[in-house]
Amino acid sequence: MAAPRTLARLAARRSALVPAVVRPAVFARGLASVTDSAAREPVSKLAESIVPDPARKVVPESQTSTAKEPDPSKEAKIKTFHIYRWNPDEPSAKPKMQTYTLDLNRTGPMMLDALIRIKNEVDPTLTFRRSCREGICGSCAMNIDGVNTLACLCRIPTETTKESRIYPLPHMYVVKDLVPDMTLFYKQYRSVKPYLQRDTPAPDGREFRQSKAERKKLDGLYECILCACCSTSCPSYWWNQEEYLGPAVLLQSYRWIADSRDEKTAQRQDALNNSMSLYRCHTILNCSRTCPKGLNPALAIAEIKKSMAFT
Amino acid sequence: MASQRVFQLGLRRAAVAPSFARFQQPAGRIVQRRLVATEHVNQQKGTEILAKQRLQRPVSPHLAIYRPQITWYGSGLNRLTAVILSGSLYLFGFAYLAAPALGWHLETPSMVATVAAWPVAAKVIAKFTLAMPFFYHSVNGLRHLAWDLGKGLKNQTVIRTGWTAVGASVVLSLYYSFFV
Repeated sequence: MAAPRTLARLAARRSALVPAVVRPAVFARGLASVTDSAAREPVSKLAESIVPDPARKVVPESQTSTAKEPDPSKEAKIKTFHIYRWNPDEPSAKPKMQTYTLDLNRTGPMMLDALIRIKNEVDPTLTFRRSCREGICGSCAMNIDGVNTLACLCRIPTETTKESRIYPLPHMYVVKDLVPDMTLFYKQYRSVKPYLQRDTPAPDGREFRQSKAERKKLDGLYECILCACCSTSCPSYWWNQEEYLGPAVLLQSYRWIADSRDEKTAQRQDALNNSMSLYRCHTILNCSRTCPKGLNPALAIAEIKKSMAFT
Repeated sequence: MASQRVFQLGLRRAAVAPSFARFQQPAGRIVQRRLVATEHVNQQKGTEILAKQRLQRPVSPHLAIYRPQITWYGSGLNRLTAVILSGSLYLFGFAYLAAPALGWHLETPSMVATVAAWPVAAKVIAKFTLAMPFFYHSVNGLRHLAWDLGKGLKNQTVIRTGWTAVGASVVLSLYYSFFV
């Protein structure tokens, strides 16, 4: 099993066969994301003894208070929401599940409407990111009823017997309540150089033109809004966040590898050609299952692997 | 010269400023109340606060709260069956190696004789527990080969083939346990 893979990788390192080209240090064989490791410095032993355990248990909702619907009417459809809370002002405290009840008749249809209503009318300390409320900014990505999605695109299940649970994106450091720390994610995105790289000018001196077929390759890739739902649904990304790039960033990487106008395809592939950056993908396929935009990161990763194996 | 004139102007303005400021604050103006107090911190202090906060952040829940789906449960099962298969192979290999020294009888004829003496139920259970990992890992391996070719990666296909793999491995291992 190991031998064909090694051969395939050797074959994929095309740019290494060109001796005249001096490759920039960035594209030297290495872990693409490790050069950006300053995002999460190893904690010193001394600090470890002082700081609270990041994996501390969440206090279940049975041990916390319930914030009730402010003024319920007669025919109220009361729905219960359990929401993950953690306040950085009480750093050593455990995160807890806080319960809120809302009348669905007086709440908008989406989960984001419920969150905004809680913040406006019940508990102004509830913290979450939101911006466009129509699924194009990717701010309100969170784990709702066990799957990662955008709160603004997720309908509140109308059956009131079922209680909804809202967590921040899984296995991320929590800034506050539902707000995860995305620093590493954005650094990983930067590490794949998400922009057009060309040395030669356009043939007609005006635009870099594409055929319709070439443009079509970018469909299903350019729509990604980097909400990180897919990356944080991936168990492989949970365990190897520091080195594995994750589905979202790999999809973005493929968006530039597949771009006919880009001239650094070989270097882009070389940067991924190590055991961690790309090959930590074990085709678990949670990424495609959860993508709120209906994209297929797993397919993009498979295409990268193919492009590196069959060249 | 010009610069001198600017300087003089500046001096004059500075002299006027105190009385000017008095006019800007009319008596009885409504004072805006801030419910949340904010404190201005400089860049360096802010970085220090951030560094300290980063050390204390909890990791959000993951494995325990993510919805069970055929995608990641199937993948976990694939790895688990791999560990069971290779682990039992290693265990048996080392036991076979150590058998002469320890006086065990792990040669094929003696093992066949031992198993033949078992009741049927024990035979079926033993065969099923070994056959299930083998068949699941093999059938799921076909899915992985397809995925490596970039095929069958649509959500519906993944769900369907996932459950098909589970069903096929149960059927195959039942067949193997009872009829082979």
